[in-house]
Amino acid sequence: MNVLFATLTLVTFFPVLGVLVLLFVPNEQKDTIRWTAVITSVITFILSLVMLAQFNPADPGMQLVIRAPWINIGSTWNIDFHMGIDGASLLLVLLTTFLTPIAIFSSWTAIGERVKEYMIFFLLLEVGMVGVFVSLDLFLFYVFWEFSLVPMYFLIGIWGGQNRMYAAIKFFLYTMAGSILMLLAILWLGTNVGTFSYTDMLGKVPAAAQGLLFVAFAAAFAIKVPVWPLHSWLPDAHVEAPTAGSVILAGVLLKLGTYGFLRFNLGLFPEAARQYAPAIAVLAVIGIIYGAIVSYPQKDVKKLVAYSSVSHLGFVMLGLFALNAQGIQGAVLQMINHGLSTGALFLIVGMIYERRHTRELAQFGGLWKVMPLYGTLTLIVTLSSMGLPGLNGFVGEFAILLGAWGAGGAGGSYGSVLYAAFASLGVILAAVYMLWMFQRMFLGKVENSANEGLKDLNWREVTVLVPLLIVIFWIGLYPAPFFHLMAPSVGKLVSALQAASVALR
Amino acid sequence: MTTSDFNAILPVLVLTSWACVLLLVDLWIPKDRKAITAWLAAAGLATTLAVVWLLSGFNLSGFGGMVTLDGFSRFVSAVVLVAGIVVVVIAPGYLNQRHIERGEFYILLLFTISGAMLMASASDLVIVFLALELLSIPLYVLAGFARPRAESEESALKYFLLGAFATGFFVYGVALTYGATASTNFQQIAAAVAAGKASLLLLSGGAALILVGLGFKVAAVPFHMWTPDVYEGAPTVVTAFMSVGAKVGGFAALLRVFFIAFPALSADWAPTIAVIAALTMTLGNVVAIAQSSIKRMLAYSSIAHAGYILMAVVAGGTGARSQFAAGSALFYLLAYGIMNLGAWAVVIALEKQDGTTNPIDDFAGLGAARPGLAIAMTLFMLSLTGLPPTVGFIGKFYVFRAAIDAGYMWLALIGVVTSLVSAFYYLRVVMVMWMKPGEGPVALPRSLGWVVGVMAVATLVLGVVPAPLMAAAGRALLSLFASA
Repeated sequence: MNVLFATLTLVTFFPVLGVLVLLFVPNEQKDTIRWTAVITSVITFILSLVMLAQFNPADPGMQLVIRAPWINIGSTWNIDFHMGIDGASLLLVLLTTFLTPIAIFSSWTAIGERVKEYMIFFLLLEVGMVGVFVSLDLFLFYVFWEFSLVPMYFLIGIWGGQNRMYAAIKFFLYTMAGSILMLLAILWLGTNVGTFSYTDMLGKVPAAAQGLLFVAFAAAFAIKVPVWPLHSWLPDAHVEAPTAGSVILAGVLLKLGTYGFLRFNLGLFPEAARQYAPAIAVLAVIGIIYGAIVSYPQKDVKKLVAYSSVSHLGFVMLGLFALNAQGIQGAVLQMINHGLSTGALFLIVGMIYERRHTRELAQFGGLWKVMPLYGTLTLIVTLSSMGLPGLNGFVGEFAILLGAWGAGGAGGSYGSVLYAAFASLGVILAAVYMLWMFQRMFLGKVENSANEGLKDLNWREVTVLVPLLIVIFWIGLYPAPFFHLMAPSVGKLVSALQAASVALR
Repeated sequence: MTTSDFNAILPVLVLTSWACVLLLVDLWIPKDRKAITAWLAAAGLATTLAVVWLLSGFNLSGFGGMVTLDGFSRFVSAVVLVAGIVVVVIAPGYLNQRHIERGEFYILLLFTISGAMLMASASDLVIVFLALELLSIPLYVLAGFARPRAESEESALKYFLLGAFATGFFVYGVALTYGATASTNFQQIAAAVAAGKASLLLLSGGAALILVGLGFKVAAVPFHMWTPDVYEGAPTVVTAFMSVGAKVGGFAALLRVFFIAFPALSADWAPTIAVIAALTMTLGNVVAIAQSSIKRMLAYSSIAHAGYILMAVVAGGTGARSQFAAGSALFYLLAYGIMNLGAWAVVIALEKQDGTTNPIDDFAGLGAARPGLAIAMTLFMLSLTGLPPTVGFIGKFYVFRAAIDAGYMWLALIGVVTSLVSAFYYLRVVMVMWMKPGEGPVALPRSLGWVVGVMAVATLVLGVVPAPLMAAAGRALLSLFASA
């Protein structure tokens, strides 16, 4: 099969075509640049829909696999260009290709300087992100993982806020610190198991070695997610990044970490996953509650949403390490949900920032009277982020809590239902800070005169929010197709985990 | 002199003869047309490269086993020759601007390169000494080439004094080795040790002193003190060559001496070199953070990269599979040569004519003024950090793997942590280029533009398709052991 035109190669590398075209467009023709970038990312989305059509939901293994020899020297190097998807990574690729055109479209008027470089970095970032989700070779995975740092660093550092350079270098160094430990683990695996290919390695990692390897991989992923207490780069990066950068950072980049946990920590090191599950659950629950409590007093609304990400992804971690079907499926769905809801929240913050050039909650108030459509859409997104039944957040949180509760029983990975109990507290706290944010921004009288003449959403802003809202409602009301897609692969993972837990006993 | 002798040193012979003839021819070339000398020098280097290519597949030994021509010497010669061609292409414009253009520059460069090539072909400690001097002495003169400037003369004097001192250590080490084994030939030394006829105390002392001498050349800690001052003071084109060519020559000799002559002592020298590697990586990377001059920063980064290569040297001392892994030293030298030459070329492009300090802030606004140059420099900085998909990442991956293969996990850990540290100062350059406003456009001579472009493309392409070169480096190193 021709690797060059295989579906996964096209979905991953199509944005590079856009970059090449952009290199030849003169800097002054900003609108041409913007349209080229948007069209490229929309075509990538359509290609990912083709990928969806080619996917067989009943097959639990890796599909659309391409494998071509890359660095094969003698018997010591066996690195292949190896890609494939299963249910979970399919959903994440769709999330990436769905959010990127929306993020690019939302930067239409927000970015006026050096538009060409901006779009080029955005498209390169998309290549890196999709590449991470589809790589089945550890070396290739690492290449895409590290590569995705570079465009994000530039996006924050050049088009960001006041303190952007500090935030950019902090983001870069913090994330790279975890990755280098993962590099050592990958090298060890490649040398001692004899291959760098994920599928070849499954089940072959000796249990004794799994502990340290688990920690090394977890270091990289925990910083990315971010798991408390490794989260301090996140508020800075989010606040200083340009709006579209925050959307992609929260929407997709954080999922690289949770995906890494799912694919590698759970997949390659099942025994170690079982051993470390309670420890991770503790960190997850602390993250849920800490993120929520710290969100509440934030004065900057973007920082509020950033801390809420820590809280939401704590739920995802709790679900993943429940090591049962509901927990993991709920976690994967919540990854998608968080991408949509928090992405939408950042878009919303960006919209008010473009009008008022401030993000301080104290500066707002009574906005619903001035911008009713904006208020309505924000309310829906807020409720979704909170986990109101009928919207997407509830489905994911419910499944996760179900899984965590189940893991608290006999034979479960947590051994105590306290984790689920404390996590449920997080649901209440989410309602507190989300509704408090909404109240301070939209309800009450218009105190600040600067808010009086604000224009409601224009057609472009509505266009970026509506697709997100459609999917939010879809997942909230009819999540079955999403679960259907990931069930077989998650089931396969869960069986492997249960086999490992039996072996441990 | 038999044919075998002749062929074994043919590349060195061609280059040295060309340099001698060029020295005479240069007398007739008018002072304002010295670019002709440059072209002739480049032609000489190209011819030598062709000779090296034509000798592929030959494994020759000459002069009673003192000189060897094998895959290893060919690989190293090719790297040094290409580095030389790049420098000769850039040099005329640079020297002309500063009114220091003299034909002797190119001739001295040719002699230095032939010294480096001889280092890679040596199988006798006396030849290593000869090659070391042939490599170093022209470099001392070249370092002081920007005559009116005090910094340049100071750097030449420093280099000369410290270099002579280090060579003294080296010769003393050779003497001790001779005393221990009654020979200076690598094979005979190894045979004497294997037969149990060598005094191990004397031999260890000799090996240690030889390590000091060669360690100076490659700027390993604690023999690195000369590097920042000499790199900063010397004319930048000379620095560019020193950071690649001299290092390659030094490492070639190091690999040859320790893998062929002293393999039996590897239980001793491998841990020692490991500690030196760790210190070198750490010091080079940490002190580079404090530098505000780009030349000094790159000098310390050069020290750090020597540390990574030393990691690969350690690997070669511990068994058959890791010998292949030690091929990573050669690959890293090549990768380092490419990205480093590119970086220095950009530094040359931005160097102000009267500049003595080369602050990093000179790079400000390059992203807006000359995006092509800024993109290339970004690529070089990312490659030096070791980020994919550049050749620097592949080099580091290969070297770390060598260390892990040899069982030196702690060394690999230090390697990755220091790589992280290096990200800080390399990204600072990137930050200044793209995120700080600066002055207007920069003049870019065509030769520099070409060099930067070729190096940038090579950095990216070799990062994505490294397998052929990796295999070549591994084979070259294995041929070293085969011809032993």
